[in-house]
Amino acid sequence: MQKQEQIDQLKSLVKDLLDEAQKQGATAAEAGLSQESGLSVSVRLGDVETIEHHCDQGLGITVYFGQRKGSANTTDLSAESIKETVSAACSIARYTSEDAYAGLPDKEMLATYFPNLDLYHPWKLEIDQAIALATECESAARSYHPEISNSEGATVNTHEGIRVMGNSLGFLQGYCSSRHSLSCSVLAQRGDSMQRDYWYTVARNALNLESASTVGTKAAERTLRRLEGRSLSTRQCPVLYSAEIASSLLGSFIGAISGGNLYRKSSFLLDKIDTQIFPDFIRIHEQPYLTGALGSAAYDGDGVATQTRDIVNQGILRGYVLGTYSARKLGLKSTGNAGGVHNLSVDTSDLSFNDMLKKLHTGLLVTELMGQGVNMVTGDYSRGAAGFWVENGEIQYPVEEITIAGNLKDMFKQIIAIGNDVDMRGNVRTGSILVEQMSIAGQ
Amino acid sequence: MEPLSLARQAILVPAGILDSDIEKIMGRLLGASVDAADIYFQSSHSESWVLESGIIKEGTHNIEQGAGVRAISGEKTGFAYSDRIELSELLLAADNVRAITKHGQEAQVKLSQNSGWTHYYPVANPLKSLADQEKIDLLRKVDVATRQLDKRIEEVIVSLVGVHENILVANQDGSLAGDVRPLVRMNVTVIVEENGRREQGSMGGGGRSDYRYFIEQDRALEFGKEAVRQALVNLEAGEAPAGNMTVVLGSGWPGILLHEAIGHGLEGDFNRKGTSAFSGLVGQRVASDLCTVVDDGTLAGRRGSLSIDDEGTPTENTVLIEKGILKGYMQDKLNARLMGVKPTGNGRRESYAHLPLPRMTNTYMQPGQHDPEEIIKSVKKGLYAKNFGGGQVDITSGKFVFSTSEAYLIEDGKITRPVKGATLIGNGPDVLTKVSMVGSDLALDSGVGTCGKDGQSVPVGVGQPTLKIDGLTVGGTSL
Repeated sequence: MQKQEQIDQLKSLVKDLLDEAQKQGATAAEAGLSQESGLSVSVRLGDVETIEHHCDQGLGITVYFGQRKGSANTTDLSAESIKETVSAACSIARYTSEDAYAGLPDKEMLATYFPNLDLYHPWKLEIDQAIALATECESAARSYHPEISNSEGATVNTHEGIRVMGNSLGFLQGYCSSRHSLSCSVLAQRGDSMQRDYWYTVARNALNLESASTVGTKAAERTLRRLEGRSLSTRQCPVLYSAEIASSLLGSFIGAISGGNLYRKSSFLLDKIDTQIFPDFIRIHEQPYLTGALGSAAYDGDGVATQTRDIVNQGILRGYVLGTYSARKLGLKSTGNAGGVHNLSVDTSDLSFNDMLKKLHTGLLVTELMGQGVNMVTGDYSRGAAGFWVENGEIQYPVEEITIAGNLKDMFKQIIAIGNDVDMRGNVRTGSILVEQMSIAGQ
Repeated sequence: MEPLSLARQAILVPAGILDSDIEKIMGRLLGASVDAADIYFQSSHSESWVLESGIIKEGTHNIEQGAGVRAISGEKTGFAYSDRIELSELLLAADNVRAITKHGQEAQVKLSQNSGWTHYYPVANPLKSLADQEKIDLLRKVDVATRQLDKRIEEVIVSLVGVHENILVANQDGSLAGDVRPLVRMNVTVIVEENGRREQGSMGGGGRSDYRYFIEQDRALEFGKEAVRQALVNLEAGEAPAGNMTVVLGSGWPGILLHEAIGHGLEGDFNRKGTSAFSGLVGQRVASDLCTVVDDGTLAGRRGSLSIDDEGTPTENTVLIEKGILKGYMQDKLNARLMGVKPTGNGRRESYAHLPLPRMTNTYMQPGQHDPEEIIKSVKKGLYAKNFGGGQVDITSGKFVFSTSEAYLIEDGKITRPVKGATLIGNGPDVLTKVSMVGSDLALDSGVGTCGKDGQSVPVGVGQPTLKIDGLTVGGTSL
């Protein structure tokens, strides 16, 4: 109940902001406000390293004077500062140009359905409890094996916040959410080889976190298996992206079909709607209304209703990822994606990770990617990588100091299979992805 | 006026915070077992303007202000912050923070003004160095001039960013230091098209200066020319080679090599904890004797420069590697104390809401003897990498990457044809041992670098002369 009062209070602040904007001459306005608080405790080598108390707030306003736009943000929510922020936005709108595509969403696009998405599960975590949890996690990692030689520590995070947004078309909504995580990073040493790796768990509800000992154990296992990695000779071979990094391939795909890159014609997937991008067994869809999920939302950054929809079906591109502005630039309708996608999910096969290794047969399993190395305009792809060499479906030895390269247009078409080992920790949910062939550069 | 007085006026006066209030907060922070404590105040105003498709599409104004309170006991750090600069909020933050230590008595602290260091940039507010209309006119001028350069230009995007930041930092000994930090940056991105092929080129620059910097020497127009040149080169680019080969790195921004390959690995925190591939290597050879590398926060007006760091320590020109031998690390106060060395003025934080960490400022290699052309001529077959995008490093394994945005094949001592962007990967502790020639053409980058560590972004600079490396893995597709 107390939370509802806080939401109502912030709603009235947003309403005041919008009124102030109109008072200062804006023909339309939208505003967002957030308040977050949290605790972050880290333990290293069995001792407390940091205790951080977080407390953030901020507001942003965008005003329109006809087709001209201005924006301003502040972390200071005093009445005086709010007024100044509104005038700063209005002042900017005097200098920006008429832009035929600028403006609030069409009213009928605004969200009207606001189900409880179950995003708010505060965690009454005392500092001593947090220390105990982080200590348990780190000690599980450190005691796992004698070659675990050092630690970057274990960290417990808990955050909760309120977000409210509104616009001068009468849209005014707010919700609470929470996010908790536990992470651990340790080092291992054997001879001259020193390696580091980590593991983490994250959830809206602390009850859904992996246990401290599981996180610590996984961090230790992942670190140990990297010891004595070697480079490969330069070659071409199939590449299996492990689930936790496969989401980056989907990220590049979403970037290429995002409105901003499309209207700037800086995408390698221009004008590809209704054409085959992936093999026909691939389905990629958005699930914004999943309860308790990390990427759930009933409306996007413009207040437009989000959609449960297929983006790729039978390998064919069925829709773009658009906000209000980019949709207008392209002569299309917003897809409710101002600010990004919501729980992007890839349909999986019944193949486990071990089945995927067998399917790879002989090739490279990639478990880490380094650097940016993706050209959105051309699709050219070249990134640093580390992982394992696999023969006859069995992991042979760790591999490092290599690059993997190709072109995303080809790589998407050459996906052979998607595993059922889905990583649920992010906004993009996919299993491991097997690509038929890529160029490996090494020694 | 002195930066300290200006920062006091910008932050404390409007908030109604008196020196006695700071003494009170500090007194609350300090207890029997507190080794160090600080209060960091920040007030930052920034703006950005974007021109796209020939129109001024966006303008944004940002205010970020608040204070962070920290206490350290041994290796333990307690930290809290507030975006309200109010005595009651800061006392509450101090109470939260001192929970890190066993409760001690409140201490008495007497504030004293700290000054007497050199200032490496002007104090004037860059946001006011041009009228808003003049900023718009500048963006339009760059757009028009750039579009006239070539018929193949499809799109030009020009952005202008300015920051005016005031900071104050009070330490446990009562010393109060302050700084006023201007920062400006302009970027031009062009997209070109020919026969259905599209490519992009990008160039920008700036520093701790004001907007007139872009008008002087026609710098803004030069950014446009350079962006177009790069985009047109990329229209001709073929497959990049794959494999281990000799790589010649151009001068200036390719110094990102130093930042990724050795810079991060020489930050004090990783070495104190023994997690860096460079841990324990002081006094040992980590580069060929042609290599001398420094981190220098004292360069006038540079993007990575600071008069004092975010803990109030004056910055230095710190020698990291001298003639191939590792000399020392970059330190903040915490890690310097725990390692028994002096802080080097590298304690930096993104904002009041973040903890200080040892970070780089401007990292570069001193020039050598060779004429750059002579270096190219010495290569039978290899890659000449003239420009780069970003990079990344794993400080424990030492593996680092950086990605070319403009590169050419070298065949029989001649630059022959451009190749597409590719990622280069190497091992930090041994890459510089393979430096066999160092050019006489030291150049610093144009002022575009932003470095990320532990989720915190800070502006940095890099630089180097032309370098020849006998063997680096190039991640192209042409086997």
